[in-house]
Amino acid sequence: MNQSNKSNKSNISDALKDAGLPILTCLQCGTCSGSCPSGRYTGMITRKLVREARVSTDVLHDPDLWMCTTCYTCQERCPREIKITDAILAIRTIAVHEGIMLPEHRRVSQLVLEHGHAVPINDLVKEKRERLGMEALPETVHKYPDALLDVQTLLESCGFDKLAAIAQE
Amino acid sequence: MNKLSLYLGCITPNRYPGIEKATKLCLDRLEIDYADLPGASCCPAPGVFRSFDKATWLLLASRNIVLSEEMERDVLTICNGCYGSLVDANNELKDDLALKKSTNTHLEKIGKAFKGTVAVRHIIELLYDEPGPEKIKEMVTSPLDIRVALHYGCHLVKPSKERNLGSTEDPRFFDELVEATGAESVNYPDKMACCGAGGGVRSALLDKSLEMLEHKLSRIRDADVDCIVNACPFCHLQFDGGQIEIKEKRGIEYNIPVLHYSQLLGLAFGYLPEELGIDLNLVTNEEFLLKLKGDR
Ligand code: SF4
Ligand code: SF4
Repeated sequence: MNQSNKSNKSNISDALKDAGLPILTCLQCGTCSGSCPSGRYTGMITRKLVREARVSTDVLHDPDLWMCTTCYTCQERCPREIKITDAILAIRTIAVHEGIMLPEHRRVSQLVLEHGHAVPINDLVKEKRERLGMEALPETVHKYPDALLDVQTLLESCGFDKLAAIAQE
Repeated sequence: MNKLSLYLGCITPNRYPGIEKATKLCLDRLEIDYADLPGASCCPAPGVFRSFDKATWLLLASRNIVLSEEMERDVLTICNGCYGSLVDANNELKDDLALKKSTNTHLEKIGKAFKGTVAVRHIIELLYDEPGPEKIKEMVTSPLDIRVALHYGCHLVKPSKERNLGSTEDPRFFDELVEATGAESVNYPDKMACCGAGGGVRSALLDKSLEMLEHKLSRIRDADVDCIVNACPFCHLQFDGGQIEIKEKRGIEYNIPVLHYSQLLGLAFGYLPEELGIDLNLVTNEEFLLKLKGDR
């Protein structure tokens, strides 16, 4: 990641505003944190995440960023109608483009690059399918190699293969 | 009703094939016109791919929709995650010409183009619309005498501005479909709470994810139900696989059977649990299977 890249992204709040997700009207009322299923168990504090995003890029490195299940409860309840969940997704995108990605998520990305499925089939499930009188392979990319090639062409075309690789560093 | 293509996603065909089988049996019984959607891929998973790179997410989603456009059929999803991804991508591409154009420059490379000619449906909102709970109730041949803890799942109703399915705090439409089978949909605290799987949390932070799940499971156990019913294979995986993980990690056994709505409806249409893959879950509850047999 080079310096110019970094400075472009130094202002998370502006980047969110450009994406149609302004957060500056936040009252810090805490409705979001009080609604958060993750907050109850992970210590994730949604309100803090929103505050952090307003003032610094530290939010990109905050582990809480990855504890959101995207349940949208906070977004539904925010009195200022801030698109909190969408903003969290957008902040994650900035983080990933800065090379920050959890190892397990990198593995899921590799599965899609390789199989076209985030959860590919295995022998046990092939057996289960046959026991149900179904074909071992479903009517998806699993059964149609040309379709899988198409998916791989698209992932390469939009640079996802490189993005998942950069994040590996 | 428009003709439909059955979009499978990943978890249904590759982990819980019983949900695929049950869906097809129910669609046939209801005389709904559907076809397979050959060559479909991951939707892609909204929690992770959508947050990694929006262009990638849109592109893979658009390809799945285009396959259905080519068949002149609306896309039928049986998963909240697939529904969220595909319905949101479809709406964004229909509304934003620049986005559609940039997506199509990539799709061109595989000889395809997004046109914006079909809709994306979720089996629950679809069945509620047509044939509707009243009609389904009339078609049920083996009414179920069981108590159900219904789990809507977040992305079926939220974000509500995109979904337009009414209340997100206390919806009723799915309960009506459950009750059409004869089952009782039992109220329980935190019924609308998240199962804890989404957003890449289950894949990367399993322990945290299971704590959210256990909260729901304890509420459900207190409600004294026969099973959990969902409309999302990822929630299904979390409830079913998660119970085994909780047992292994913490020694606590809930042993609550988990059914996708298509499996519940399949039972009410007289199919046996093993025809619907209910016995292929990770949680095996003999008592429940016996009770179902006693019911018919
Ligand atoms: S609910 Fe909305 S206004 Fe209140 S703290 Fe959260 S983001 Fe800010
Ligand atoms: S969307 Fe994320 S941050 Fe908001 S309440 Fe749900 S888990 Fe918490």
